Amino acid sequence: MSISVNNISKHFGAFTALDNISLDIPEGELVALLGPSGCGKTTLLRIIAGLEQADQGDVFLKGDKVTDQPVKNRQIGFVFQHYALFRHMTVFENVAFGLRVKPRRERLGEAIIRKKVHDLLSLVQLDWLHDRYPDQLSGGQRQRIALARALAVEPSVLLLDEPFGALDASVRKDLRQWLRNLHHDLNVTSIFVTHDQEEAMEVASQVVVLNHGRIEQQGAPGDIYDHPANAFVSRFIGQTNVFDLDEHDADWLQTVGLSMAQQKGKIAHVRPHDIVIEKSTHHSDAYVTLKDWQHLGSLIRIELVKSGVNGQAASVYAEMSNDQFRRLHLNRGDKVDLRIRHAHWFH
Amino acid sequence: MNAISATSFLASKKLTLTDPDWVRYALTGLTLSIIGLFLILPLLTVLIEAFAKGWSAYSASLTHPDALAAMRLTLLVALVTVPLTTVFGVSAAWAIARFDFRGKSLLITLIDLPFSVSPVIAGLIYVLIFGAQGWLGPWAADHDIKILFAVPGIILATLFVTFPFVARELIPLMQEIGHEEEEAALSLGASGWQTFFKVTMPNVKWGLLNGVLLCNARAMGEFGAVSVVSGHIRGLTNTLPLHIEVSYNEYDFVGAFAGASVLAALAVVTLVFKTVLEWKQEQALKAARQAVEVH
Repeated sequence: MSISVNNISKHFGAFTALDNISLDIPEGELVALLGPSGCGKTTLLRIIAGLEQADQGDVFLKGDKVTDQPVKNRQIGFVFQHYALFRHMTVFENVAFGLRVKPRRERLGEAIIRKKVHDLLSLVQLDWLHDRYPDQLSGGQRQRIALARALAVEPSVLLLDEPFGALDASVRKDLRQWLRNLHHDLNVTSIFVTHDQEEAMEVASQVVVLNHGRIEQQGAPGDIYDHPANAFVSRFIGQTNVFDLDEHDADWLQTVGLSMAQQKGKIAHVRPHDIVIEKSTHHSDAYVTLKDWQHLGSLIRIELVKSGVNGQAASVYAEMSNDQFRRLHLNRGDKVDLRIRHAHWFH
Repeated sequence: MNAISATSFLASKKLTLTDPDWVRYALTGLTLSIIGLFLILPLLTVLIEAFAKGWSAYSASLTHPDALAAMRLTLLVALVTVPLTTVFGVSAAWAIARFDFRGKSLLITLIDLPFSVSPVIAGLIYVLIFGAQGWLGPWAADHDIKILFAVPGIILATLFVTFPFVARELIPLMQEIGHEEEEAALSLGASGWQTFFKVTMPNVKWGLLNGVLLCNARAMGEFGAVSVVSGHIRGLTNTLPLHIEVSYNEYDFVGAFAGASVLAALAVVTLVFKTVLEWKQEQALKAARQAVEVH
């Protein structure tokens, strides 16, 4: 295991940031710590880095116990949400910093440092900015320089705290892909913190979902999406419709195709793409009304309203491709038949 | 249509934001006459009085052994107090800006205490502590340590009145800059000292220099606190401000104003330094901003 944490707990006064967390991350993975704000993900990252002390528990990097080691001895690279570039140094000096502060006997010669820094700047495709100051760069450029600076010391693990959190949406999209490719080339074990599930799913090879200081689920993005371990994960990862048997009529759910044989709890979560709709042909009580729809690129999101006849009135969301939707020739206010293909049951 | 209404809106806004001419001239005139009356005129008086009996009297009174001793003592006090205040200010600012602890706001209030307490009281505190009937007075006398009516007492009193200067300048600055750059330096393998000298100091250097200058000006000019503890022994415990007072009381006007001219010159030099510092700082900022606009 490249990174292990054992039974880590951390309290800030009465607030429990981390509650007995254990986590193993194999060599070479790109892991997302995903969760809503206040779930403890940044605290966990900072404890792994040594920027924060846990109240209890141990941290292992490459098999060595580093719990009591200061951050400077842990051989980590840390990238901050707001870049934390040294504002009084040029881009070149920022990247060279980690090489220049080494003890004299470990320090590389000036020529080697220069070459190494320029190589790193080329790696992040910003060598042409080497004599600028951080003030003169855009957010995306700053974050890439921060990454080059962290990589300069050849860290055994790379830790990124909301690396794209402060960037524009379009820059963020580009950088996500870029980070994925970079990780593929360098293959250094990396953890990044994010509250954006889309970002976690797109970039990470493993996702760890945290909530209230606990790990809710850990796994590959596809696994987590297809087999959410609990209601929180199901709601947090992707869109979902929630049917509570206390509020909705079980008979109605059966008529729309939900098999009660698989029922394992009393709350059913249904992904929008697991809902199929057709123009209503007969007069059944199962119908819903089409209220509105939105274009999401290649997909259409359809907002349906279930009348109060069958349990509580509620909005139901379905998704389908543009083509499919066009073929249905539906208008606002049409009655449609609804069918549920698949549901996850939770208690 | 939109553009037109926008420009007329801007124009009307400009008009409402500009005061009539007479207000501007009146305010400027008032400010200038106050400065002239209360700052420039006294400075001129100092110079006129100092040179009232000619250059030779002026230079004679400045080269008088008592005057020279006063200047030496003033420099010595500044040389000792300014570095101590700087070290204290940096550590206090570091502690307050970087750590959360109980009683932090109390500490900030305490740092301000010398600003709110009259310097005379500051001097009296030391008399009460180190005086013949004070807490530590008998003990110091037994061990042959002279504090009151000697240089150590003057330095202590000066320290008391000057110690907020650097801390006050640095605390808001360091709070604003935040801790992230230092954490980044540590994560890159820098030691605590390397982080301090290569990351923290360059970020706060202008504020620090400003604080040091103000502290120096106060250390050289302090009268009240020093007057209480010094004992006014000529050639031994008279700082320049005390020397001026003594000379004046003895109707040696040339000597008093000659000393005052030296202090005034020091103040002017400090001001010039401060202005140059601020100008340089502004230039650095401007250069950075222009470079951003080019790209």
